[in-house]
Amino acid sequence: MQQIFNFLIRNKNNILFLLLLALSLFLTIQSHSFHKSKFISSANFITGGIYKKANSIQSYFHLEDYNARLLEENNELRNRLSNIPDTLFRETFIDSTVYEGIYEFRTATVINNNYSKVDNYITLDKGRKDNILPEYGVVTSQGIVGIIDNVSTNYSRVISILNTDSKINVQLKKTNHFGSLIWNGKDPNVVQLVDVPRLAPLKKGDTIITGGKSLIFPKGIPVGNIIDFNLDENGSYYTIDIQLFNDMTNIGHVYVIVNKDKAEIRSLEETDND
Amino acid sequence: MTNTIISNSIRFVVLILLQVLLLNNINFLGYVNPYLYILFLILYPFNSPQSLFLILAFLLGLSLDTFEDSGGIHAAACVFIAYIRPIILRFSFGISYDYQTVKLTNTPYGARISYILIVVILHHFVLFTLEMFSFTHIFLILKKTFFTSIFTIIMVLISLTLFQPRRK
Repeated sequence: MQQIFNFLIRNKNNILFLLLLALSLFLTIQSHSFHKSKFISSANFITGGIYKKANSIQSYFHLEDYNARLLEENNELRNRLSNIPDTLFRETFIDSTVYEGIYEFRTATVINNNYSKVDNYITLDKGRKDNILPEYGVVTSQGIVGIIDNVSTNYSRVISILNTDSKINVQLKKTNHFGSLIWNGKDPNVVQLVDVPRLAPLKKGDTIITGGKSLIFPKGIPVGNIIDFNLDENGSYYTIDIQLFNDMTNIGHVYVIVNKDKAEIRSLEETDND
Repeated sequence: MTNTIISNSIRFVVLILLQVLLLNNINFLGYVNPYLYILFLILYPFNSPQSLFLILAFLLGLSLDTFEDSGGIHAAACVFIAYIRPIILRFSFGISYDYQTVKLTNTPYGARISYILIVVILHHFVLFTLEMFSFTHIFLILKKTFFTSIFTIIMVLISLTLFQPRRK
């Protein structure tokens, strides 16, 4: 017994080192598995509060930019509105909006945004108090941003599409060929689309939109343009480089998408599995 | 003694805030951010017990990780540096050099530079290896380590010169 204690005391630095190193490696590995990294996150009380304070100062420098973006969005919405024919004179009412009515949008402000690392996260200033829950999609007026993965009372953390763990279902706009959107960690404005079959007709400049096969994003949200594509080694699937419509290095205000029928679809799918 | 504790505590908090609020937003050339916060590890008194140093380094790294949502990569890199710092000190300042009583500011210039150089490069290499989390990106790891190290070393040297205690 005495010897064990002596050994522990003699090697206390080595043991402490191994312990702390193991703990940090554990946290690192955990952060690489989706939906596991719960307790070390910027969406907590202290870090969220500090980021919010800092953002309240920084946001003044971007006001002009945000205003221009809002004007552009208003303009587009107005155009769309003026093109809707008067439905009163028809016999049946047709919902002519692009997104189906089961989705609801909520606004939030980005208080922290990373894009220089391989696994990037974004922090928003809305949380559980504002009815925002994990697995809600996040978009801007120009394109998609990511998916919420961790929520505290007042803040929430978004897995950015600039994260090697992120995988989002997207498709071509002109045909229905779909694939997964991933990121190789290099250019913050270029993401990759994989698993698109060889049969899909591709052209540089083609538009990519969200696929609507997941419950997170409605179909038809713009993502980006094809800038380059080539077949993988087997020759059966394309790997496509996509230039994002969104400037991921400059996101100010975002919309969080709430799928109101999610619980219903989930329960339906679960009964199917039994 | 209390003076050392107070100055180190202030340095701990100030460096974290500076790193998170200012330096992490530089993104020079798209990805180069100086990690000035390891100045805490460089300046921490050489003669204090190592177990305390290990714990403080872990806390420093973990705070950075919480802000950056990076899991535990900063914590791992900091703990690693804290563990091997005696070896680096012995290497840079010589075995015969009694490093128990010296302060960084009154060491020979070449030895000081080599000490900072080794600490920064090792820290950044561990950090970026864990960040990429695979050796298939070894070229990217080395590239990031190289450019970020240059930036960090310049920042560290500038801050050391600026905040030099006045010679009596």
